[in-house]
Amino acid sequence: MSGSITYLGYGLAAIGPGIGIGLIFAAYINGVARQPEARGMLQTIAFTGMALTEALAILGLVFAFVFK
Amino acid sequence: MLSVPLMAGVATDGGGFQTPSTNDFWWPLIGGDHNNFAFTRPSLVMLISVVVLGWFFVSVSSRLSVVPSKRQWLAEQVYDFVRNGIGRDVIGAKDFKPFLPLLFTMFTLILFNNVAGVIPFVQYPTTSRIAFPIILTLVVYVTYHVVAIRRKGGVFGYLKSLVPPGLPGWLRPIMFILEVLTYFFVRPLTLALRLFGNMMAGHLMLLVFIVGGEYLLLHSGSIALGGAGVLSFAFSIVMTFFELLIEFLQAFIFTMLTALYLSDAVSEHH
Repeated sequence: MSGSITYLGYGLAAIGPGIGIGLIFAAYINGVARQPEARGMLQTIAFTGMALTEALAILGLVFAFVFK
Repeated sequence: MLSVPLMAGVATDGGGFQTPSTNDFWWPLIGGDHNNFAFTRPSLVMLISVVVLGWFFVSVSSRLSVVPSKRQWLAEQVYDFVRNGIGRDVIGAKDFKPFLPLLFTMFTLILFNNVAGVIPFVQYPTTSRIAFPIILTLVVYVTYHVVAIRRKGGVFGYLKSLVPPGLPGWLRPIMFILEVLTYFFVRPLTLALRLFGNMMAGHLMLLVFIVGGEYLLLHSGSIALGGAGVLSFAFSIVMTFFELLIEFLQAFIFTMLTALYLSDAVSEHH
């Protein structure tokens, strides 16, 4: 087995954003289930949150390449 | 570079298995030295996509009828999705109209170039080369800054509007730095890299399953590993449909975030 340990590091770094995005969309689905007419507004908020949370994972990907 | 443990294990006893890597994305057609200009396969796909999309929408919109044909119906569905589902819902009914051409072009272009990854014989998602997402993001980046500077009364008005009102004084500089980082670095970086990363990783995964399956089936010389190769092929078909979903989703998210950044730029308050 050979390879670079940065990819392992990236895998670890992706855990947090993974959980975070799961929580965001769980809350979004809950919200839409309770009040379907609020879908449009909630969608915007959910995707803003997703973009911010996913930024962490993407920064991890960048650093995995930078520190290779 | 990217070594998959399973494949590496196979390679040691079979010999000669080349693990798919990011180098497989380099497909020069004209030219071809790494240091020089080259006309590559994604460039060709991009050109084809522009021609096909242009031809399709121009020919549809020049022959509009009250009772729509199938093609007109398709074009209307896509346009309706971008106009009402993304533009109006995110930017708001007051301001969304000037940005519709941008949003619609972004969505259709990215969708076509992503789906090119699973169209037979094309099979190259253009957006898996970093240059294409960077250029698309650059257009969005310049647009939302210019719009915001115009709407908020010059560069100083824009910078001032970055800090949300009603914060205690000691928190404002910290918040300002954070917001500047978000608006000027994190947003364009993540917008480009999200699209690029998803497309490249997805295509690489398909490559691993198909190339690995081919190797296991034809070159491994054992029945058990051949069975694993068949399984790998079957799974690659499942993953192709999964890729189709991801490709659509990424086009949607890119357009959605573009609209979101534009809505931040046109909104009166933060």
